[in-house]
Amino acid sequence: MMDESIIKTSRMGALLIALFLLVGLVMPKWLLFLSTMALSHGIVSLGIVILMRGGVVSFGQGFVFAAGGYATALASNHLGVTDALLMVLIGGFAATLCALPFAPLLSRYRGIFFAMLTLAISMVLYGILVKTQTLGGSDGFNVSRPTLFGQEIATEESNWLLYNLAVVVVGVLATLARIYADSVRGLVSMAIRENELRVEYLGASVSNTIGTNFIIAAFMGGVGGALTLMSLGHIDPNFSYWTTSGEFVFVAILAGHHSMLAVFVGSFVVEIVRSFSNLYFPNTWQLAMGLFLLVVIRFLPRGLGSLWIDRNRNKGGEQ
Amino acid sequence: MTNFQVSTVLSARGVHKSFGAVTAAEDINIDILAGQRVSLIGSNGAGKTTFVNMVTGYLKPDAGTIELNGKTIVGLGPRQISALGIARSFQIPQLALEMTALDNMLVAAACNDGPLSVWRPAHSPARIERAEALLEKFDLIAHINRRVAELPGGVRKLLDIAMALTGEPKLLLLDEPTSGVSVDEKFPMMDTISTALSSEVVTVLFVEHDMDIVTNYSDRVIAFYSGRVIADDKPDTVLDNDEVQLYVTGSAKQGHSTC
Repeated sequence: MMDESIIKTSRMGALLIALFLLVGLVMPKWLLFLSTMALSHGIVSLGIVILMRGGVVSFGQGFVFAAGGYATALASNHLGVTDALLMVLIGGFAATLCALPFAPLLSRYRGIFFAMLTLAISMVLYGILVKTQTLGGSDGFNVSRPTLFGQEIATEESNWLLYNLAVVVVGVLATLARIYADSVRGLVSMAIRENELRVEYLGASVSNTIGTNFIIAAFMGGVGGALTLMSLGHIDPNFSYWTTSGEFVFVAILAGHHSMLAVFVGSFVVEIVRSFSNLYFPNTWQLAMGLFLLVVIRFLPRGLGSLWIDRNRNKGGEQ
Repeated sequence: MTNFQVSTVLSARGVHKSFGAVTAAEDINIDILAGQRVSLIGSNGAGKTTFVNMVTGYLKPDAGTIELNGKTIVGLGPRQISALGIARSFQIPQLALEMTALDNMLVAAACNDGPLSVWRPAHSPARIERAEALLEKFDLIAHINRRVAELPGGVRKLLDIAMALTGEPKLLLLDEPTSGVSVDEKFPMMDTISTALSSEVVTVLFVEHDMDIVTNYSDRVIAFYSGRVIADDKPDTVLDNDEVQLYVTGSAKQGHSTC
């Protein structure tokens, strides 16, 4: 029943997850935290990549990122949910739920209108969060450390465990994203990006596919929010601020829409540059990232992923 | 043939359409029978494209009915009409340029296969086989793995038609299949299209400006002028019609012109 290419993709995904888990064993603590951030931010950008494959870009993924984060945080503080995996699911589904009402509206817009509408939605949420004192207003609030499979997570191994959690969750989602990208709807998505009119005349609903992409991206954004929250132990309205959304788009453009793995490479590079610039050249990290993006756009217009996707294309492999 | 009753595929009754003061369709009555190869001729602004656009759901007639196999299609969008079995190709090929010819065909197949699966691979052996078979018919198999952006215009036009044919439509509308193609290439191209279409059970309606092509490749011609049908018969009869010669072909006697 399972198609061969799905098995191949799953095997590749499992292999990469195992590899990342192994690498985690030898990583220093600071790098573990940084990689966890790269993964949990990367999954949000992966959602944008899914949208990009359908020809639209969201400048407001901070909306679902914050929705997932806040929902998880509230579930932890008020409902006593502490299991990390459950929190991830809550984040994903809460964000999806928040995004659902907007999907029919957004799927009618393209280009700058889509981007601006998503941005507007995220900034409305930001405004609400800042003004809501019960949620800590602009300071946000703290969340206690989650548990994993009923076990308390000890301080000394929390970075490592949360890294492992992020690798598995994000790895599974990225594999599913690859399967989706290679699927029937994934291919139609790419055709929509290029020629919406034709797709409609061939009998497929364009807005339906864009809406689906938006929902998938929302789920990923929510999961990213939940993972980030667990690592930071704190949430504030900046999750929904436009600069946060901008960084997600930045990584998506850096990665290009051909490779799912490239998103995490891009996300990792951003985190590395950010933390080193912060350390050695305070307040210049945007400058460094800007230059880096210029170089990528000039020399790799199709993103980091084109470094290895183009070579594999003739063989039919695209992981 | 034992079946003498030929069914009507498309039936337009009293169709009207105007854009402000301009009447683009006035009391159009057309019945297209199964298996016919019908050309629509007429000068620019005569109402051919308006008719095609109403049949494909891009425009809604102001009055009148259009039925496909007895089911009304007025008020339906291009997507629903396509699902009922009307496919079209475009004067300017509408393709995904950055994708390969095969992927374009697979998109067409996917769109015709009902709900779009979010996990079934687009590149399934069965779909690829189907796409290859159709590309073979259109002599396009050599270009299968090339990006459409690299392909010459004539090849793109054929690919556009092959895509339209993927869903095994009941009625196929070809919008100027040979426009933008050099004179030398027109006939070979029409031969390819004609051969490819002959193996499919499909009724074809095509908009064409080249009267040689019209005479050679259609068994019925409908001439439009100023939103009205001024002639509807066998090619020779229509091209001999005085009104057609005056308004459409622009020739006083012999109807051989390429406008």
